[in-house]
Amino acid sequence: MTSLVLDKIVKRFGSVDVIHGVDLDIRSGEFVVFVGPSGCGKSTLLRMIAGLESISEGRLTIGGQRMNERAAADRGIAMVFQSYALYPHMSVYKNMAFGLETIRMPKADIEVRVRKAAEILRLTELLDRKPRQLSGGQRQRVAIGRAIVREPDIFLFDEPLSNLDAELRVQTRVEIAKLHADLGATMIYVTHDQVEAMTLADRIVVLRAGRVEQFGRPLDIYNKPANRFVAGFIGSPKMNFLGVKSLGMRPHGVAVDLAGRELMTHVAADRAVPTAVNEPLTLGVRPEHIVIGSGDGLQLGQVRAEHVEHLGSQTLIYGKLTDGQNMTIVCDGQKRTHVGDVVEVSVAPSLCHLFDTNGRTLTL
Amino acid sequence: MEARYLREDAGRIATAADRLAANRHERGSFLRYQFASYSFLLPWLIGFLALTLGPALSSLYLSFTDYDLVDTPYWVGIANYSRIASDDPRFWKAMQVTFTFVVLSVPLKLAFALAVAVALNKGLRGLTFFRAVFYLPSLIGASVAIAVLWRQIFAGDGLLNRLLASVFGYEGPSWISTPGTALYTLVLLAVWQFGSPMIIFLAGLRQIPQDMYEAASIDGAGARRQFLKITLPLLTPVIFFNAVIQTIDAFKAFTSAFVISNGSGGPIDSTLFYTLYLYQEAFVNFRIGYASALAWVLVVIIGIFTALSFLSARFWVHYDD
Repeated sequence: MTSLVLDKIVKRFGSVDVIHGVDLDIRSGEFVVFVGPSGCGKSTLLRMIAGLESISEGRLTIGGQRMNERAAADRGIAMVFQSYALYPHMSVYKNMAFGLETIRMPKADIEVRVRKAAEILRLTELLDRKPRQLSGGQRQRVAIGRAIVREPDIFLFDEPLSNLDAELRVQTRVEIAKLHADLGATMIYVTHDQVEAMTLADRIVVLRAGRVEQFGRPLDIYNKPANRFVAGFIGSPKMNFLGVKSLGMRPHGVAVDLAGRELMTHVAADRAVPTAVNEPLTLGVRPEHIVIGSGDGLQLGQVRAEHVEHLGSQTLIYGKLTDGQNMTIVCDGQKRTHVGDVVEVSVAPSLCHLFDTNGRTLTL
Repeated sequence: MEARYLREDAGRIATAADRLAANRHERGSFLRYQFASYSFLLPWLIGFLALTLGPALSSLYLSFTDYDLVDTPYWVGIANYSRIASDDPRFWKAMQVTFTFVVLSVPLKLAFALAVAVALNKGLRGLTFFRAVFYLPSLIGASVAIAVLWRQIFAGDGLLNRLLASVFGYEGPSWISTPGTALYTLVLLAVWQFGSPMIIFLAGLRQIPQDMYEAASIDGAGARRQFLKITLPLLTPVIFFNAVIQTIDAFKAFTSAFVISNGSGGPIDSTLFYTLYLYQEAFVNFRIGYASALAWVLVVIIGIFTALSFLSARFWVHYDD
């Protein structure tokens, strides 16, 4: 178990910076997920940790030792690739033994390690097969097995589930979580799927355009997103963003004007600098926090349903407020709402988020 | 009542006639379509029938005859074949020379081609330029001009000897007129024409996914181990393809030996390639029937070699799927 520190890490391709000074402190045994949209630099960051990409600036330490110049093999890491990267001409056994044979470990010891890993991953029956004879899920387990046998200090996963079908993804996700619990090793996991991030991570790093937007525990990120980008990225369906105007600070928080309605939010009651009257703001409301019917929360107005999805356990309503702003609503259970229906919606004042024109959250 | 039946019958007949006409029309357009396809194929078909299949079949017939290009072929049964097998020391000499050439030139050429391809694959700047430069010998290599040039280089007073004399003070022999070395100059010439297998190797190397090497480097494998354990095994389909093509080519090698030995296969038959011997029998000694039999024996030899290569492939060639 080993900690890992990224200190002002920069990656430059020619004159273009793709990672802009990332600072992270990953604790020993922690499961950290890098999440972000395509091209945010999460895979590049992982590959820099792995030693597959050079570090242009900054300092990478693993277990307190500087690793910038160390070869990939000497960093005590193992990596599971998105494509699995299994050697197609070798059997499952040989694939898993390859790294150990490279460091000339005695054959008997290799056998013990491979068999143990195969048992953990239910691969014992498949040890003599070639990768082409395996299903996608089995190949993925071999790729994980190849990492396990090396008994690394840190496991790196680069979008390991993206080639699997939906059911297998969920299954393998659970297996990876269990593996982390069993091995207790530090794991860094890259994904663009926020559900994977929320379910697996001890802490999540949300990245955008080579910068860390937020680093924190999954529920903290969900409940207290640092900015509008994080608020929109974490949570599915994504948070509703409604254009409002500030009416200034009130005793419980900022009051805003949404299409002529005065809403008393509980946001930023402790904020030192109150928002100016008439400052344009964005009100963020998660679809699952919206209540249909005129409850005792903030009255957001009427929504005309334009599209309705019945998932069985939930009903998703996509509609528009009377002022034309889009709104998505998630209701538990099966609602008898149809396209064209108009419903009153409200939200609890404590579940509102407010963002300024730069996208920053008014309070955390 | 009867009138109704009549009307129905007339209707039925009319429909049948329509269908027939339609069929005839369809058949017409089908034939026209066929005609169009075959007209496009015709230039190739004429070439194939007149220049490949026709001569091949007639050579098969001639191989059972005694024929000197002037008199009518005279049927001799398998006499030509039995003479090849039992009573022709030059046939065996030609076999020995050709096999030596194949066994030496093919692996050396492939190894050289692979080495250059691997070097070029290292993300070299100006790759396109070097690829073209290295391919050039293959384009011009089989020409008479290059064989003449080769003769100048390896002759007694050739470039090589002058170089050896000025650098090492060594008086070299005439490499092409010494029986012990003549064949090796031809091997060298063949290896020098490594461009075509190199291009194919290069394409094969590019097919190997980069993450395979990344996984191996994380596993601690150095460049040597990566080459032996990943590059080579994953390249075996390409190696196999190149080996088969180059082996067939080497069996058929002719121009270089012909030019360098002035068509004699000398000195002392040391460069008597199989095809050169075949040529001498056909167009120097005018034993067309015997030469045809020699040609068919070569076809069988190449066939056996190729079949053996394919049989061996299952033990060493790794196909992904």
